[in-house]
Amino acid sequence: MGVISNGTTLLDAGALDSGIATGAMTLIKTLTASSSGTLSFVHGASSVVLDGTYKEYVFKIINIHPSESASFTVGFRDGSTAYDATKTTTYFRAYHQENAGGAVLAYDTGFDLAQSTAFQDMTGDSVITDNDSGISGILHLYDPSSTTFVKHFRTDINSIKAGSSPEMKNSYSAGYCNVTAAIDAVQFKMDSGNMDSGTIKMYGIK
Amino acid sequence: MGLISNGTTIFDAGAMSLGGGMSFMKKLTASSSATLSFVSGSGGVDFTSHKEYVFTFNNIHPSANDGLFQMNVSIDSGSNYNVAKTTTHFRAYHFESGDSGLGYQAGDDLAQGTGVQVLINSEMGNDNDQNCGGTLHLFNPSSTTFVKHFISNINYTTANDTSTQCFVAGYANTTSAVDAIQFSMSSGNIDAGVICLYGIN
Repeated sequence: MGVISNGTTLLDAGALDSGIATGAMTLIKTLTASSSGTLSFVHGASSVVLDGTYKEYVFKIINIHPSESASFTVGFRDGSTAYDATKTTTYFRAYHQENAGGAVLAYDTGFDLAQSTAFQDMTGDSVITDNDSGISGILHLYDPSSTTFVKHFRTDINSIKAGSSPEMKNSYSAGYCNVTAAIDAVQFKMDSGNMDSGTIKMYGIK
Repeated sequence: MGLISNGTTIFDAGAMSLGGGMSFMKKLTASSSATLSFVSGSGGVDFTSHKEYVFTFNNIHPSANDGLFQMNVSIDSGSNYNVAKTTTHFRAYHFESGDSGLGYQAGDDLAQGTGVQVLINSEMGNDNDQNCGGTLHLFNPSSTTFVKHFISNINYTTANDTSTQCFVAGYANTTSAVDAIQFSMSSGNIDAGVICLYGIN
């Protein structure tokens, strides 16, 4: 059933008409982990739009809980079937332990990339698997469909690292996929084990 | 009554399920306010309906020249703001006169502290044109499984005339639902300014 008001179609076939103002941030897709090896947002699959429709895409990571102590990572696909777009990135973090240890801000060369096809580590080391400990944060991806420019991205992630005292870690990674091919898919995974539970939401920004 | 089109629910229970991903929920305007509090179940605030909430700070202006903008959270609907938090805090600054720097603020973080978390690291100026602006993200406050992560990013003018950007992040170390959040100044009050609350669908 559609809805028409004063000759203008407001909605039809399960969707709002494209002329209806809906706000600048549009929820595109929600994926929920359930012992998942990967969570992938692929353009054209399962209602995912990852093309020139939007100039920016935002991924919200909410309480990803790993099955084992591991790093939370992201990879980008640039035309092949693999998530192996070449990246150059930076990584720095602040951390502070529950027993007041740490309290450090520093660049960590162990988790940046220099023209690497590997996944980007977004938590900078393994996170704790306690039942109440999840990973939450945000990833921005800019203009992935451009065939002119490299593709910038940046992340801001909270996690809790295992150790003698649990360690709050606020990680910032940023960089670019050094390709002019369009990025048409984004994949999240732990670098070992799986994502036991949690949610990742994808938005388009007008 | 709901409205379903082609098998997709468009409207139901007074809400639209399609459209924008960011829903405005509440605006509080300071007027010599000692505190500004968002309490779930009061005044249209609902901390159970979304997986993420964003607070925006617009032109927060302090009454005193020596106050820090700060926050705390509650698990008893605002009766007490005293949840244990472990946090990090770093900032970049630049004096109008030229000096600049970047560093961790060890005195402004918390290690299982139940007191307020300062969202800026030094006194905010109260000249008429001085203020702070920024955002705070709060993830899944209604969870009864996970600790509650938050991330804040604020720029402000200090009393000694710097532009300072503060990055505060951490978690409320509780598996009880967080159902209220309160903002205040460490000295004086919030003379003026607006805090808006959004739910992220």
